Amino acid sequence: MRGYAGKFLEVDLSTGSIKELKFDDEILRQYIGGRGLAAKILWDRLGDRWETVDPLGPENIFLMLTGPLTGYAPGARLCVSGKSPQSNGVVGSTLATELAIDLKCAGYDGVIFIGESEKPVYLFIKDSDVQIKDASHIWGKDCKETFKILVREGREELEGRYKSRGLWREPSAVYIGPAGEKRSRLAIVAAKWVHAAGYGGYGAVMGSKKLKAVVAKGTGPLPEAYDMEGTMKVVDEILKINFKGSVLRRWGTGYLGYDVGANLSSEPVRNWQEEWHDKKSFGADQFERVWAKRYWGDFGCPLTCLKLAVIRSGPLKGAITDNPDYENQAYLGTNLGIFTPEENVYMTSLIDDLGLCGIQTGNVLGFAGELYQRGILTKEDLDGLELNWGNAEAFASLTRMIAERRGIGDILAEGTYRAAIKISEMKGVDVLKYAVISKGISIGAHGVRSGKDYPGYESYACSVQGGDHTSIAKLPIDDANSEFRIMLYDSGVFCWFNFFDLKAQELVWSLLEAVTGWKITPEEWFGTTARRILHIQRTLLLLGGPDAKWTPKKDDDVPPRWYEPLHEGPHKGKAVSPEKLKEARSKYYEAVGWDENGIPKTEELKRLGLEDLDKRLEKIRKNT
Amino acid sequence: MSETGRIWIARDYSRCSGCRRCEIVCSLHHEGKIWPEASRVRVFMLVPGVEIPHLCVQCSDYPCVNACPVNALSVDKRTGAVIVDKERCTACGECIEACPGKIPHIHPAENYAVICDLCGGDPKCVEACREGGWNALEIIRREDIPTLSLYAKTPEEITRNVIRKIYGEEWEGMV
Repeated sequence: MRGYAGKFLEVDLSTGSIKELKFDDEILRQYIGGRGLAAKILWDRLGDRWETVDPLGPENIFLMLTGPLTGYAPGARLCVSGKSPQSNGVVGSTLATELAIDLKCAGYDGVIFIGESEKPVYLFIKDSDVQIKDASHIWGKDCKETFKILVREGREELEGRYKSRGLWREPSAVYIGPAGEKRSRLAIVAAKWVHAAGYGGYGAVMGSKKLKAVVAKGTGPLPEAYDMEGTMKVVDEILKINFKGSVLRRWGTGYLGYDVGANLSSEPVRNWQEEWHDKKSFGADQFERVWAKRYWGDFGCPLTCLKLAVIRSGPLKGAITDNPDYENQAYLGTNLGIFTPEENVYMTSLIDDLGLCGIQTGNVLGFAGELYQRGILTKEDLDGLELNWGNAEAFASLTRMIAERRGIGDILAEGTYRAAIKISEMKGVDVLKYAVISKGISIGAHGVRSGKDYPGYESYACSVQGGDHTSIAKLPIDDANSEFRIMLYDSGVFCWFNFFDLKAQELVWSLLEAVTGWKITPEEWFGTTARRILHIQRTLLLLGGPDAKWTPKKDDDVPPRWYEPLHEGPHKGKAVSPEKLKEARSKYYEAVGWDENGIPKTEELKRLGLEDLDKRLEKIRKNT
Repeated sequence: MSETGRIWIARDYSRCSGCRRCEIVCSLHHEGKIWPEASRVRVFMLVPGVEIPHLCVQCSDYPCVNACPVNALSVDKRTGAVIVDKERCTACGECIEACPGKIPHIHPAENYAVICDLCGGDPKCVEACREGGWNALEIIRREDIPTLSLYAKTPEEITRNVIRKIYGEEWEGMV
């Protein structure tokens, strides 16, 4: 078994105790790392009482995991997980950060946080020296300031202790912003000013544990690969594919803010009331004027698809973000009726600083915008804001109210699903029908009505990660975008984008073998390994609780909005067909070993050695 | 006067993508492993978006070589690179003190200073940077001009300059 550092840290934030632990090789072979291992750890430790575990209580577990391929597969990422305060299931949420490399070079495959601290703290790791440090002076700081303090303190700490070794390079850091501290369910785990793990809402979990950040410097080599020469040969082939000039390399996803609307009619416009627009002001050619760096990326990445955007003059001067990428262009642009690069960069820079997720926040802002449009939310409800479409300043003010939990912001900070329930009660009208969500998670900016984009009707309805556009239910199960394949990337923990190419997708199996020494065939992955992970995630999602529960099949649906026909554009009139959705859903259930209600079948669970899941599903089966 | 055959690694920090492929190939070449902290080129990121590949500039007066109390450092006559004799080096850190950019550092696992050796005239970091099309590191023919030595600066000094270029001077306080 190679590719692993071989040990994990367990940090009890309640008692301050820190210990090392190991997993059996067999567990690692079955669950790999990252998302897969997160599902396994959470099931083993909390599965028997899942329904009662408050995602924002001390009982929840916060995980920060790498995988065996992290650092070898081009484009390193880190996976964060735990019981999600959005879906009440498990989301394997990843972000690009060198912390993944520093952890492994320090000798750890991941960190398991339990309990909760009384005072704000951060974890500081220098190889095997691990300390819990006070974070009172950083609590309340925005993300840019937080990064600055952590880097400065981290270098001082290193230089103070190990003087004669020369200049210390900065340690890497992941952290939360003010929104996470306030336990907003929209809160991200952040890195490098503009990077985020948004799906799942794990910034709130860190906040609930008073864990402001994790800072690490590992001075060792990356854990050795089983076959180093073979590994580097495969890596080289993957690099060559991604070095080639391509649309993705040139613009990242930063050309899609125009294209997905104009070409595919699947972009959220004004809270998904439309999915088509032809705003040429929002084209990549217009974003060129704010891009200060064309190729920007993270450890080992050949693609470097990020573009650094900076507003150097005018009223929005000082806004900095990446691209924005497509999701942020859509959710903090078109979804709010904003169609200018500067305002879009400004909104994105703001959510970065506050530690909010662009997708979740843009979704709830759009939702509020529609309630304002319909007169359900008034100027008075919004502390005087006139939340008209395209009014970037008003949307920015509302974003600050959310981060600070001020006024209506306190309700919206709970995310679209929970806010919709609360506002429905407050106003005596059903507003849940305007919420574009799946299992409490706002849906990514790729609609299904036009039929032109990559997700299908069943994609968000049946995903174990709800609205997560990076992990969708799709057939065949080995499809390039299927949840089963993404699970491999999120468990090996590396970036999906360097594997868009079909040839690269084939190479992943030999890379996995060269690094770990395990011959995991596609048949084994799609037939066994991935299924175990899927069933655990599905089971925990269905167990849910304490504040939200999902009914199998009934909640495996698209949001009501998508049954409404598109009003504009070349795909005008198209909507989700209920019959076709039912058909696609049944087909998906069947293909992944779930019964007609979407509950993992007994014989399937037995085949995979997951009898304990089966027992926990009995009650759900009876009630369905 | 041109010193025929000698090269210099020119650096354009604002083009650095932060991918650290230079560190990967450097450590693979010198250590046989991916080992960022043992790399002869280290990319500092004191401020996101401002990535600084930090590596030896081969000053014309070689202050590090002159400062070494045990004669562990020498200049490769062919390439002009500073060569560290691992056996002699005591990791005392005098070379680091002498370097205007504080560029050398002590190997994370062994007791000797780590300095770019130009890979014997064919630097792997430059190749990786070129292959990726970033060209933040580029080979130029070395000429005996004092300008080259000016590039021996600390990451903080370089970062401040690049911040001004990318973000504007009001962000200099971030370092």
